[in-house]
Amino acid sequence: MFDLLLNGFLQNFSPYLLLLLLTGTASGMAVGAMPGLSATLGLALLIPFTFAMEPTPGLVLLGAFYMGAIYGGSFTAILVNTPGTPSSIATTFDGYPMTKQGRSEEAIVAATMGSLVGGLIGVVALVFLAPPLADFSLRFGPQEYFWIAIFGLTIIATLASKSLLKGFLGGALGLLISTIGIAPIGGDVRFTFGTPLLQGGVPLVPALIGLFTIPEVIRLIARRGREEAEMVTTEVRSKGHLWGLIRKVLSDPVNVIRSSVIGVIVGILPGAGGSVANLVAYNEAKRASPHPERYGKGEVQGVVASESANNATVGGGMITTLTLGVPGTPPDAIILGVLLLQGLRPGAELFQTQGKLVYTFIFAIAFSAVMMVPVGLIAGRALQRGVVALPARYLAPSIFVLSIVGAYAIRSNVTDVYLMLLIGLVGYLMAVADFSPAPIVLGLILGPIAETGLGQGLLTAAGSNHPWTSFFTRPLSLVLIALSLLSMLWPLYRQLRGRRISPAATLDLDWPPNEAKVD
Amino acid sequence: MRRTVFARTMAPILAFGLLAAGCSSGGPTPSAGAGAAKGYPKKSIKYVLPFDPGGESDITARLQQKPLQDILGTNVVVSYKPGAGGALGWSELTRTSPDGYTIMGSNLPHIILQPLLRANAGYKTSDLKQVYIFESTPNALLVPADSPIKTLDDFIAAAKKDPGAMTVGGSGEDSANWIGTLDLGDKAGVKLTYTPFTGTGTAIPALLGNHVKALMTYTPQIAQLGDKVRAIAVAADKRMTSLPDVPTFKEQGFDIVDGAYRGVSVPKATPDAIVQKLVAAFKKANSDPTLVQKFEKLGFVVENYGPTEAAQLTQEREAVYGPLLKKLKIIK
Repeated sequence: MFDLLLNGFLQNFSPYLLLLLLTGTASGMAVGAMPGLSATLGLALLIPFTFAMEPTPGLVLLGAFYMGAIYGGSFTAILVNTPGTPSSIATTFDGYPMTKQGRSEEAIVAATMGSLVGGLIGVVALVFLAPPLADFSLRFGPQEYFWIAIFGLTIIATLASKSLLKGFLGGALGLLISTIGIAPIGGDVRFTFGTPLLQGGVPLVPALIGLFTIPEVIRLIARRGREEAEMVTTEVRSKGHLWGLIRKVLSDPVNVIRSSVIGVIVGILPGAGGSVANLVAYNEAKRASPHPERYGKGEVQGVVASESANNATVGGGMITTLTLGVPGTPPDAIILGVLLLQGLRPGAELFQTQGKLVYTFIFAIAFSAVMMVPVGLIAGRALQRGVVALPARYLAPSIFVLSIVGAYAIRSNVTDVYLMLLIGLVGYLMAVADFSPAPIVLGLILGPIAETGLGQGLLTAAGSNHPWTSFFTRPLSLVLIALSLLSMLWPLYRQLRGRRISPAATLDLDWPPNEAKVD
Repeated sequence: MRRTVFARTMAPILAFGLLAAGCSSGGPTPSAGAGAAKGYPKKSIKYVLPFDPGGESDITARLQQKPLQDILGTNVVVSYKPGAGGALGWSELTRTSPDGYTIMGSNLPHIILQPLLRANAGYKTSDLKQVYIFESTPNALLVPADSPIKTLDDFIAAAKKDPGAMTVGGSGEDSANWIGTLDLGDKAGVKLTYTPFTGTGTAIPALLGNHVKALMTYTPQIAQLGDKVRAIAVAADKRMTSLPDVPTFKEQGFDIVDGAYRGVSVPKATPDAIVQKLVAAFKKANSDPTLVQKFEKLGFVVENYGPTEAAQLTQEREAVYGPLLKKLKIIK
């Protein structure tokens, strides 16, 4: 295998492939940064281009694009509180506050380095641990997915400990919204208000844009002038400035590695997807931190955690895609489709008969992660300076237009634009009432996973007398239940332990922050 | 001052927003009949898929794209309008201009089952004019390679022993996998528990991880999974050339020939002359040897149903599904 690895590594140094890597990564970043345009959509658009190429360059292009797109989502998440892709939701929690504090450059550097490490760790897992991880992923049945969703929902407790009630209300609202449309089990059509347009439910990205971006746009307009003063960067431009930032963001290696591992594990679970990874990683980073009260107010490690996890899902998801032919994430489905179109079948034989191609592709993903650093640090920081300097009267309409385009682009469906606007209005009102959008989004993402897991679990256990017990007797489920309990009780535990948490520093995701500066 | 500035900023935003929102595909415009077919196609054709990218319909469309472009002499642009198992796309097709410049992938049995089972799917089966059905993926019953079940008879015996305990996974609700499982259960007189998964992508791990005992899926999966699974029956008319060792349901005593049929449809009011041009194009594309070879390698069965045959097939399947669903009390 070593010679295959070496060969795959060296192949990428050909000028043609290097150019493809650069183009792929950069265009992926651009697409990922735009709210609504996801990695999946971008990859779908690239498919015709790959027809004109040999399999290897085609896959290299796709791999680079994918990695870049997942990274690119962090830019808008940090700069304008809009996750460019659902994988960057948790990046907004601390990235945007950092922008408001004039530390957006640090946030961008954090996202870049986190994505680099996460991407590389994902590839390492893919190269060395693919078979055992693939087998491990098969042990997750419907019951386990249900408990993963429950575990995800307990994150609400960590995110909203100041007003737990509002957090759970938000989560419940998210769960409710996720039920609109066709039930995953049974096919019932629910809550469509009599119109067939809502059969498809409320898709995640328009809801994300509505909940995160629209309230921000309204705020930008309503508080025009105040924002500009807030966003002035006060950093001194010294020579070792960039290196200092890089050292700072990498000062907690445990966080980066743990988050990347979480990303890999979530990536190998086909039913979970990349949008869950960043949230779980963020939660774990906050729990393990000696200063959890800083999270949500501009803690750079929060950004690092989220971004390393989501880029690790690229390698992680590829594991099941290449070894089992089961796409770990939606973009993997496209890459799998391209493999099939080229006549290549995933599985052990792919590694044997097409070893060169596979390892060149794998290393391409790794190279793309490395390439993100110079491209991101140059382009990203330029973007950051541009956005920060742009007055609200240009920024707000631009973001608004991007939001409309983004909401439409998902399913080429005008209904989604209306949904986005409606949710945006509701989101703004809720923000004024001190509800954070994060729990709502959590409910929206995890609701279908929980319901599907519950229904499928009961069906697959139909043979036994008490199907419900299957949720409590499987070893993997028990582990997940323990994790969920731990996650839910942790905020209480911290308070009981008597750690002096002053009221001003309570763990909260208050939104909008800086209430003192309200008109 | 602040208020006027606010208004001046918001006004163009709202205007633009409404404008952008209004730029959706327009409502049906009356077509000029045979005159409209002259010179068709004059501009690029939108080939819309009502599913997510990366699936079987996507792969099929991508393989057809270039042949169609060569034959029709214009660009064919593939786009996606997913949602509700295809219903969002098909219901939108009923509101699309019947000028032949938008064609949409359509699948049997989805377009039969959805209006049948949902109070308002947004369209009726008869609203879609099927132009061509070009491939099908028959249902296939799989068990894990290490399962004690070796043949269909074993399967039925095991299912009879423990009614309801035989869990059969499949892709989607109201899909070919689902109705195929119901049909098998009915014809074999056994109680099978169908477990829907959101797609073949999540159904396969369930089988490989032994979370379900069997899988009713499509033929391409057999080749893809190789020796990890054992295919005990396939719902084709006769044995497939790509799977010579897999017996059909028919030869094992069950008249079950079904699966997912993929084709394209246009709005009902599309002029016949345009439809015929599309039929000719798809017929030619479908006889391209490279395309046929790729389809077969992927486990598809190449089909050639024109509009009349497609309508007939639809009616035949409807005549099977309706009574079956009524018998099982799923519809009234």
